[in-house]
Amino acid sequence: MTAPDHDAPPGAAPAWVKSARQLDRERRQRRQSVRSGSIATASTILFVVVVAVALTATPGWSRVKETFFDWDEFATAFPDVLSGFWLNVQIFLLAEPVILVLGLLVALARGLRNPLFFPLRALATLYTDVFRGIPTILLVYLVGFGLPALRLEGVPSSPAVLGGFALVLSYSAYVAEVFRSGIDSIHPSQRAAARSLGLSQAQSLRFVVLPQAVRRVVPPLLNDFASLQKDTALVAVLGPLEALRQAQIHSAETFNYTPYLAAAVLFIALTVPMARFTDHLAARAERRRASGGGGK
Amino acid sequence: MKPSKQTGPDTGAEPLLRIEGVWKNYHGHHVLRGVDLEVAPHEVVCLIGASGSGKSTLLRCVNLLETVDDGAIWLGRDEITDVGTDPDEVRRRIGMVFQSYNLFPHMSVLDNITLAPVRAHRWTRRDAEARARELLDRFGLADKAHAYPDRLSGGQQQRVAIIRAMACEPSLLLLDEVTSALDPELVTEVMGIIRELKDSGMTMVLATHEMGFARDIADTVCFLQDGVLLERGPAEQMFTEPREPRTRAFLQRVLESRRL
Repeated sequence: MTAPDHDAPPGAAPAWVKSARQLDRERRQRRQSVRSGSIATASTILFVVVVAVALTATPGWSRVKETFFDWDEFATAFPDVLSGFWLNVQIFLLAEPVILVLGLLVALARGLRNPLFFPLRALATLYTDVFRGIPTILLVYLVGFGLPALRLEGVPSSPAVLGGFALVLSYSAYVAEVFRSGIDSIHPSQRAAARSLGLSQAQSLRFVVLPQAVRRVVPPLLNDFASLQKDTALVAVLGPLEALRQAQIHSAETFNYTPYLAAAVLFIALTVPMARFTDHLAARAERRRASGGGGK
Repeated sequence: MKPSKQTGPDTGAEPLLRIEGVWKNYHGHHVLRGVDLEVAPHEVVCLIGASGSGKSTLLRCVNLLETVDDGAIWLGRDEITDVGTDPDEVRRRIGMVFQSYNLFPHMSVLDNITLAPVRAHRWTRRDAEARARELLDRFGLADKAHAYPDRLSGGQQQRVAIIRAMACEPSLLLLDEVTSALDPELVTEVMGIIRELKDSGMTMVLATHEMGFARDIADTVCFLQDGVLLERGPAEQMFTEPREPRTRAFLQRVLESRRL
């Protein structure tokens, strides 16, 4: 690196004309970026070829190709799997808002300091401990078969609803923890400033802490929702005709596993955009932090 | 206490703030050790002393952000350290400004200022905004009403924080090292606003490292060391002929580091 040479007279703000050095630097930068572009392309092609060759060279490849990559099977099963997938989407769309509200309420309950609300706080802690500890698939079984067995009036019997309810119970516990960590991440000086102005504890939380906390936890929340989208498949164990169940039915008829691939493709089609959106939000938050701002 | 200016303290009246024998411990360490202090209406008191001498803690105790471990504090005739006191009600009568501004980053300048009047004092939004705009106008920030804090310089942020604390017309203003986080060229604009508040008769307690400013603005200066209020006196006397050798030593050290 050489020191920059400024020929402008002292005092006067010089007009910027790109120096020969800068023009040369930019030319070389362009050349470099073209080169790294071609290297990336070449290495990607090479990688794909190597993987394809290695895969097709395995002794069992012809069997795998028949049972997992059968185009006719795919085409036959796809309409049914797709209509089953609509149920997954419905479960997801209904469960998500409920989880957000319930998670936030549990997080707030855990933050209550008033002795009057001690039972509520204890209950919220117990809830997160228990439901984060139970494997989701076990919870789906317990709720799906246990709740109807109680023979209570008004308990829905639809397996999709029961499965969705199990997911709500499980995910709300996670989301509550995400909200709580967001609330804890707001610097105590913000609360002190709010309290010093005479705002009550609840007002400080509502107007100062929560708005900032919620903005901060959007990326991890979206991450949990990407996970929820695919966990809707767990409801299959209760028997409703969602994507995985439809794929199971088809593959049971033909002993071909391609329908599972069809289901997988659909789940990916839903979660990938969500993942990219999360990345986009995280990158934006990072840029904001880098520019020294707290964001709006 | 001898008032040195016409706008000076009303020493004949009852003290606005009375601190008596206040102790505060943190993790077994005594941060305040039996501090006594009286502040008359319209008086400006500066707390000076090294970092960790207890200045900030004392201010936070007055605003009930910390609970005292012993002693008592009166605001007017009310003992605010009484167990039955509603701290929110007390804080509505006291304004506080922090070293790191602590503006709410998700709110515009106007919303920062009107939040407490509307939510804690139940003013109408209209009244609160009128008051906010009047103050912004007075302190040269009228064009920043809709800006967000991250678009303001440190000096501007601190001026907004002072306006926010003043919006509900508190009877006492506490300022905790309000210029310590600022670049030197921004310090004067914040000092200007504090001087103006003094001239309008505001009662203030400041913790500060700016000795020149303390000497200029304070009616009374208090020197704290290791949680003890060692000496208090009129500003001029404290800086020219302090009685306590430890006060002298402190001022000498500050002078040597060219902060005076």
